[in-house]
Amino acid sequence: MSTHAENKNAVRTYSIVLGALLTLTAVTVTAAGINFGSAFINVVIALAIASAKASLVALYFMHLRHDRPMSAIIFVTGLAMLAIFLMFCFLDTLSREQVQPGLTAQAPARAVSISARILSAS
Amino acid sequence: MSGSHTVVEHGAQEPFLQHHFHDLGQQAEASKIGMWLFLVTEILLFGGLFVGYGIMRMLHSQAFHEGHLHLDRSLGALNTVVLLVSSFTMAMAVHSARTGNRQRLILFLAATLAFAGVFLGVKYVEYSHKFHDGLLPGRFYRHAGDSVPGVAVFFSFYFVMTGLHGLHVLAGMVAISWLLRRAVRGDFSATYYAPVDLTGLYWHLVDMIWIYLFPLLYLIS
Amino acid sequence: MTAASYLTEQRGLRSWLFTLDHKRIGVMYLWSTLLAFFLGGVLAMLIRLELLTPTRTLMDADTYNKVFTLHGAVMIFLFIIPSIPAALGNFVLPLLLGARDVAFPRLNLASYYLYVLGALMALASMITGGIDTGWTFYTPYSTSTGGAVNLVTLAVFVLGFSSIFTGVNFIATTHKLRAPGMSWFRMPLFVWGMYATAIIQILATPVLGITVLLLFMERVFGVGIFDPKLGGDPVLFQHFFWFYSHPAVYIMILPGMAIISEVIPVFSRRPIFGYRAIAFSSVAIAGVSFLVWGHHMFVSGQSVLASALFSFLTFLVAIPSAVKVFNWVATMYKGSIWLQAPMIYAIMFLLLFAIGGLTGLFLGSLATDVHLHDTYFVVAHFHYVMMGGVFIAFLAGLHYWWPKMFGRMYSERWSRIAAALVFVGFNTTFLAQFVMGSRGMPRRYYNYLPEFQPLHVVSTVGSWILALGLVITAGYLLASLRKRPDAPPNPWGGMTLEWQTSSPPPTHNFETVPVVDRGPYDFPPLEAEEELAGRRA
Repeated sequence: MSTHAENKNAVRTYSIVLGALLTLTAVTVTAAGINFGSAFINVVIALAIASAKASLVALYFMHLRHDRPMSAIIFVTGLAMLAIFLMFCFLDTLSREQVQPGLTAQAPARAVSISARILSAS
Repeated sequence: MSGSHTVVEHGAQEPFLQHHFHDLGQQAEASKIGMWLFLVTEILLFGGLFVGYGIMRMLHSQAFHEGHLHLDRSLGALNTVVLLVSSFTMAMAVHSARTGNRQRLILFLAATLAFAGVFLGVKYVEYSHKFHDGLLPGRFYRHAGDSVPGVAVFFSFYFVMTGLHGLHVLAGMVAISWLLRRAVRGDFSATYYAPVDLTGLYWHLVDMIWIYLFPLLYLIS
Repeated sequence: MTAASYLTEQRGLRSWLFTLDHKRIGVMYLWSTLLAFFLGGVLAMLIRLELLTPTRTLMDADTYNKVFTLHGAVMIFLFIIPSIPAALGNFVLPLLLGARDVAFPRLNLASYYLYVLGALMALASMITGGIDTGWTFYTPYSTSTGGAVNLVTLAVFVLGFSSIFTGVNFIATTHKLRAPGMSWFRMPLFVWGMYATAIIQILATPVLGITVLLLFMERVFGVGIFDPKLGGDPVLFQHFFWFYSHPAVYIMILPGMAIISEVIPVFSRRPIFGYRAIAFSSVAIAGVSFLVWGHHMFVSGQSVLASALFSFLTFLVAIPSAVKVFNWVATMYKGSIWLQAPMIYAIMFLLLFAIGGLTGLFLGSLATDVHLHDTYFVVAHFHYVMMGGVFIAFLAGLHYWWPKMFGRMYSERWSRIAAALVFVGFNTTFLAQFVMGSRGMPRRYYNYLPEFQPLHVVSTVGSWILALGLVITAGYLLASLRKRPDAPPNPWGGMTLEWQTSSPPPTHNFETVPVVDRGPYDFPPLEAEEELAGRRA
């Protein structure tokens, strides 16, 4: 069933992927120390690198690249649902005061201007 | 719906084939679908935590930044490397099983188990350090001298997220130990290795979740 | 009967407790969920009795809070969610597909035991103080109230896994264990409905798991995520909760619709109208169900932008639902309708679900919701959908597959009497609540203004009629079990695979593996129809 060449091939692929994963880990640690102008950009960069690493794991270690499409469909559907969940929760939290400017005065202490916090974070 | 053909009885030559499947291929494909569905539930379970984390970090960005300074970035990076390497050894274990190489299967499973142990060991060191400093979740937070309120929320998330992840590592270790026992017994072959394959998928997902946890908890700038 | 059936092949308690047979697990689920329904029903009767008078009738306010909380939690988590998929679906789905079992029989049994464990934990809370939060566990009240909230949240967590296991099983089974020749568009619509349900179970339930886990953590560690005092956001809890619990409404109704899609063509002797439209609308409902949860939060302090978006998306759900209803009605048009108990309940479903669904649109529109929110209008609306929809469909399915499950025919006459009582009792109970709600009677109140008493009395009397109908149902179904087996393999003339095997089926479902060469609703012309007509006469 297994030929020597196939065996060597898989070992080589997995080794290259591992090398890429370790390199990206070093990159993300380095990037965290650099000021890109706003904390938001740093978060985006960190998540982009993490997603690149996760994609490598999914495509090669979890064989999604060569597997039947069903596995990838299930996986992507799950991620899409998470995206929907994330999107609406953020949409609500971010838009609460922008649409109801008068609410802050009556709202509990928690509602101290969220937009100001976002600005101060950046 | 008419027509029929007689039930084909399975021979005794496939000891791991369950009665309601035609062959091992069908059984492996079904179990793979089942495993991916389970992984999706894991993603959404952790996903809830990520959403909560995102909202809270947005509301308390200063506190999250201050909180993360208490974490040891080099230990976090070390654990990331350990888990990535363990994912590599797990992938190699699956490959060895598929090619019917029992010796290497045992070797790589043992290596994966060892790396998982190292990961939890490092986590233990980190946790005991936090306990010592009073950096505890929620109402048990005892650390004094924070410049902003809300650092306790950061540590709530730190412990809930890494704790749940740690439990998954532990569950993975149990599964890998079970595989190791079966591999030593000689259960697996080039035609039957689905349990190795599925445990591998689970293990890579645990790795994948850590890939996100590391920058979100240790690298807040 | 030729061979031993799944009921008789093995005997003894152990053969049931350790069975991997999907039919036996389905039957165990059936009795367990019916027991839960009985408990929830008794609690409902107590609630209605208490509300007979504007002040105290038979319990104090604190007990009343615990009773309605338990009624909601038991009915939702222990009855409606598992009843159709895990009880009827477990039994029928592999039969409909021509399979010997579900893909993962051990996972199936594990699902049942997790259900039992979760149920026992939820019931233990009754003894250890009860909970008074309502079934929604809204923070901050749920993090500060005493009682057994911790226990119940863990019970919900366990029950969630039970539900996930069922979903995983159904999807893998549908993909991998269809009989030779059964293409996707030859699958009975019940399978499509179960498939859509399983998608929601898998994608939504984990979020419920993490929600109740966080609530538990909040109570034990004071995590702070939902607590404004610690910088958290209680509205976020509602987002988490409804991200599961709104799709969960479709975990409940989709299986009900799935049953109706089986019953209507068989008892109208016509192929289903718009097979693909019904199949795809199930999947569409599953998809859209994830986009509308915010309509539970219009008055909770959610942003106006989010509310407007959620309101718009809510109206989209009406489209696939209406597609189904129109297709069912079109199937019946010019059909040869046979008014047996399953069909009576199916028609009842169409009527009650239409009322429940349309009143949902009132609640989904922003302005009217502010007036109707947290009134009896909401209570009436969801009882029309949950009880008038799901439970009536469950009765349709139970009456449809009862001969297959147990090999006995029940009394036709009594089933009609009971159905009439259920219909009259249900509408008397809940139509009155629509009126009360639109006039401002708030839900969950222990005392109320005396002006509302006449309508409350009507509602309570209605609940007695409804209960009488259900007691009669239990009576004739149980009585049928004491008879000798008398059900033919195919009493209704159905064309789907479960009717090709004996009633009750043998342990391995089919003596020979069925090969499928036509659709599930292609009724044969003439000779078979004449034979059936002879039996009807």
